[in-house]
Amino acid sequence: MTRRGYLYFGLMALLLLGVGFGQSWNVALGIFNLCLISAIMSLGVNMQWGYAGLFNVGVMGFTALGGLTAVLVAMPPVAEAWQAGGKGVGLTLLCLAATVAAVLLVRRFVAAHWRFWVTLVVLLVGLVLMRDLFGPAVERIESVDPAYTGYLGGLGLPIVFSWVVGGFVAAGAAWLIGKIALGLRADYLAIATLGISEIIIAIIKYEEWLSRGVKNVTGMPRPVPYEVDLMKIGWVERLADSFGADVSDAASVLVKLSYALLFLVVLVIVMWFSERALHSPWGRMMRAIRDNRDAASAMGKDVTWRHLQVFVLGCAVCGIAGAMLTTLDGQLTPTAYIPLRFTFLVWVMVIIGGSGNNWGSVLGGFLIWFLWVEAEPLGNWLMQAITHGMEDGYWLKEHLIASAAYMRLIMMGAILLLVMRFYPRGLIPER
Amino acid sequence: MTDFLNAIVLLTNFVIVPATAYGAQLALGALGVTLIFGILRFANFAHGELMSFGTMITILVTWFLQSAGIGLGPLPTALLALPVGIVVAALLALATDRAVYRFYRTRRSDPIIVAIVSVGVMFVMAGLIRFIIGPNDQSFADGTRFLITAGDFKRATGLGEGLALKQTQVVTVVIAIAVVAALFWFLQKTRAGKAMRAYSDNEDLALLSGINPDRVVMIAWVIAAALATIGGVLYGLDKSFKPFIFMQLLLPVFAAAIVGGIGQPVGAILGGFVVAFSEVTITYAYKKFITYLVPESWAPDGLMQFLSTDYKFAVSFIILVAVLLIRPTGIVRGKVI
Repeated sequence: MTRRGYLYFGLMALLLLGVGFGQSWNVALGIFNLCLISAIMSLGVNMQWGYAGLFNVGVMGFTALGGLTAVLVAMPPVAEAWQAGGKGVGLTLLCLAATVAAVLLVRRFVAAHWRFWVTLVVLLVGLVLMRDLFGPAVERIESVDPAYTGYLGGLGLPIVFSWVVGGFVAAGAAWLIGKIALGLRADYLAIATLGISEIIIAIIKYEEWLSRGVKNVTGMPRPVPYEVDLMKIGWVERLADSFGADVSDAASVLVKLSYALLFLVVLVIVMWFSERALHSPWGRMMRAIRDNRDAASAMGKDVTWRHLQVFVLGCAVCGIAGAMLTTLDGQLTPTAYIPLRFTFLVWVMVIIGGSGNNWGSVLGGFLIWFLWVEAEPLGNWLMQAITHGMEDGYWLKEHLIASAAYMRLIMMGAILLLVMRFYPRGLIPER
Repeated sequence: MTDFLNAIVLLTNFVIVPATAYGAQLALGALGVTLIFGILRFANFAHGELMSFGTMITILVTWFLQSAGIGLGPLPTALLALPVGIVVAALLALATDRAVYRFYRTRRSDPIIVAIVSVGVMFVMAGLIRFIIGPNDQSFADGTRFLITAGDFKRATGLGEGLALKQTQVVTVVIAIAVVAALFWFLQKTRAGKAMRAYSDNEDLALLSGINPDRVVMIAWVIAAALATIGGVLYGLDKSFKPFIFMQLLLPVFAAAIVGGIGQPVGAILGGFVVAFSEVTITYAYKKFITYLVPESWAPDGLMQFLSTDYKFAVSFIILVAVLLIRPTGIVRGKVI
């Protein structure tokens, strides 16, 4: 990292400290935790865009998959629901596997002339069978105490474990989509990822037996102690006294600090691997492919395979970040997944930080998340200031104040356009 | 026999007519995307918002006309406001080209960079639209609602099923046919249209033969904006105008353009109908249809629906994936534009 890089990180630390001293340490640590997660996400996108030049418009989908995995790994299983519909869902999965196997066999052994029609028949039979097994099972599962459960629950494992699993699940989805769309025109990957992310969100929203859908999963287990429990411990009280602070404040700061520690460990691991990868022969090859595909291909590099590799890696990192985010929130809210926040914000982070530079992505993650949080009060304040001279109840005033939320859309778009045009190398450029 | 006719009427009423109208709307959107792909060579993610913007302007003018008491009688007033919407949308498209895209064009940037930039444009436009008209549902259709109502049809034919024909569906199909005919006449017969096809085929050769690239690009934007506005307004008349729907419409529109073959106007139209018909047929519940056709004891219990309507955009994605796997060049391949 250059001297300028250290300067930027120093300034960022000062900003966070400023919030700590000015507003409160709770707020500052809250922002800091999300900054860490944003930094991990932007490291993932940086692998795809910065190392390899792949445009992934579906970051949101892979993040959501991570979030879903957190639920499936960590929530306690709902025994009643398993009893009611576990068998049906299991048989459906078996049926799905059988159909896929049958289709593969058909495509292998049936003569080309008949292949299409036989495949179609096999698919239809499989679909009908699956629907007959699946529908009633889902109905039974969803009717099990719908106000509290109504879904299968998870495995009841420690939630930190889900961060790893989330990475693998996202990687699996990425492998599927990359296998289809990579190797064709560059824009096809963008459109395909746009589609897959919408579908993943739809599945999480509508498959209530799996994720409770829009009823949300709340009260997820935490990797850190609860504030209430901390407040009862003697040394926490003494610590709070010695700072002259409220015990509940101290407990909540402690909880946030422990989250921060966990996230920091993940960030350091991901960062270490990213840096090692980028400065290894593999990283040089990736950049060579990015800068001149044809030349790299002529030198005997398998461009499509390398693209698939880096695409899967990047999505896995996004999945890890998604699971961490759900852990921090303590709940899975499908409606909260909107592309602006989960795809394009991350893109802005990578591009502003300096695509191709891991330190730049981390800085971008910190800076843009900070601005994103602080921009909301700023936008409201700006609108209040503009409409200050107008009478109360005047239609323009009410319209402007109500529209303040959309300033974020315009602002993010404008930042993206301005940086791409005037500052394409970012704050910490790639060396 | 009556049962058979009833089944046919049922299918026409709930599948064929709506899918035809929807297909025409998608085709207009996909034509714009494919045109920009052919001439400017990038995936324009802002196209959905361009549709939304043109529609918004048309709605605002329609409201003004309605309040002034000007109308077209049985036809929707929005048709009168449409030219204004087209002009403003074209001006916006030209302004974004001047302010944003031209820089990358003169530097011959990688298309994927321009695609990212178009995402930025998409956000600015989306914010602008929500800023002006708000995020809510807006209804602006007026005139006669139905050309044939289900009741009239039943009385006239004596069948149990009715066939309703909405005015907006007929307007959509008629206008789409007219617009597409005009577009093809323009591309095939006029000097400017031929210049565009030449430019899309081979940029360098076109430049050598003295075609003015700025003019070609300008015409492409104007046509794309016009098609987008018409498609958006027809969609809005047929359903209703919701700003957020246009980002979801992006996927079927892109799917239609790719299915038909990128840069191929005929393909875009074909693709629009392929996507629309698959979407409607796959999410339609066939229970009643089958009940008419089979003996009573065979009637199905379930809805007989392949996919719930929640997943209707998954259909365009599946089509997209199938095309990418089987025939990445799309249905119509060969010369570009």
